[in-house]
Amino acid sequence: MKYIDEYRDARIARALVADLARRVTRPWTLMEICGGQTHTLMRYGIDELVPPLISLVHGPGCPVCVTPLEIIDKAILIASRPEVIFVSYGDMLRVPGSHSDLFRVKASGGDVRVTYSPMEALKIARANPDRLVVFFGIGFETTAPANAMAVWQAQREGLANFSMLVSHVLVPPAIRLLLSSPRNRVQGFIAPGHVCTVMGCREYEALAREFRVPFVVGGFEPIDLLEAILMLVTQLEEGRAEVENQYVRSVKYEGNLPAQAIMQEVYEVCDRKWRGVGLIPQSGLRLRPEFAAYDAEKVFNIEALATEEPAECISAEVLQGLKKPVDCPAFGKHCTPESPLGAPMVSAEGACAAYYQYRRHAVPV
Amino acid sequence: MCLAVPGKILEIQENSGDRRARVQFGGITRPVQLDFVPEAKVGDYVVTHVGFAISLLDAEEADRTFKLLEAMGLLEGEGLSPSPQVPDKSKAA
Repeated sequence: MKYIDEYRDARIARALVADLARRVTRPWTLMEICGGQTHTLMRYGIDELVPPLISLVHGPGCPVCVTPLEIIDKAILIASRPEVIFVSYGDMLRVPGSHSDLFRVKASGGDVRVTYSPMEALKIARANPDRLVVFFGIGFETTAPANAMAVWQAQREGLANFSMLVSHVLVPPAIRLLLSSPRNRVQGFIAPGHVCTVMGCREYEALAREFRVPFVVGGFEPIDLLEAILMLVTQLEEGRAEVENQYVRSVKYEGNLPAQAIMQEVYEVCDRKWRGVGLIPQSGLRLRPEFAAYDAEKVFNIEALATEEPAECISAEVLQGLKKPVDCPAFGKHCTPESPLGAPMVSAEGACAAYYQYRRHAVPV
Repeated sequence: MCLAVPGKILEIQENSGDRRARVQFGGITRPVQLDFVPEAKVGDYVVTHVGFAISLLDAEEADRTFKLLEAMGLLEGEGLSPSPQVPDKSKAA
């Protein structure tokens, strides 16, 4: 496929790795934020291909992994109601809540449906006027505009049986938290290419200036990531801390303005709990009061439900790049994708699942 | 989750302000909303996420930057060192 195959060219990859080996003189620790990028790095073994002085740690950019336990519990409560059709992206179904998951709700007769687009949920609502259709609105800035369009469209049509359980999260506040931690060891970031496709690069300039850390907005194919790593290492070796864009074919400096406009119209920024991390101020989006009629937490009156997270696994440290999945004693033993203890083992983009899928051979059993 | 895939617009339908396209991704085609890329035309490549195009691929920029990468790969393939210059990526600023 055009714009994909050429970015998997082995000869170019070898050239980038060779150039990297010539440039790197000191150890550097880099983090990719996005779970999609973690997946590519593992799938192509890029972490083992780069010179050993470069250490790659994995960030919190898997929305399935960071959706807080109480939101999963709220989803399970809503989906269990007989009058509800609960519509979700597929990854969310196996995420463990306090006592159950959405798959088990479905297995015991709940009407839980999987979709690839929020507009499908609207279609289901139009076709089932006697049922309440609830869409599980999760994701980072990449997904937020599409989910916002569904709510905006529902209001425009006066679709009274549609609502959204919203748990959107924002990337820059999470990076700020990581960089502010005394335990931080990340010296450069691969910024998430599709989040920046929507939001642009400006937000990362403030972070680069404040913390003197370079950012390179990176794409998702192996050549994209190797080039982003090369650009980061070049900046670090030259003592620069700037925002550069590797993924120029998709990311414009100002981002996607129509997408930002719909986000602005439908959402407001709020504090948000991240699973395994805790509360991050101003790190989430919720519906504005004008769209309260479409807010599932209000429709079903479950705003007050709060859940404490059990110390189930080391996912908190994995999500902050402090530990790798293989450092967990449960990894690959009593925590597997079939029977996950924590969310990073559930989502295909979770760091634990990526390691499990591509690195099982390296795990002592 | 933030997976987004480039595909080619085969056809555009307009319906009372709603612009939707049929987009080809390898062997399959899918309906895609064009709300966020109002300037998209038939033949353009769009990066699509959860049924919405989130960017119009910049073909010129992609060609320019890929040629630099390709040149590096060719030199490496012939056992020559690539130029010490990193591909000239304009700073985001």
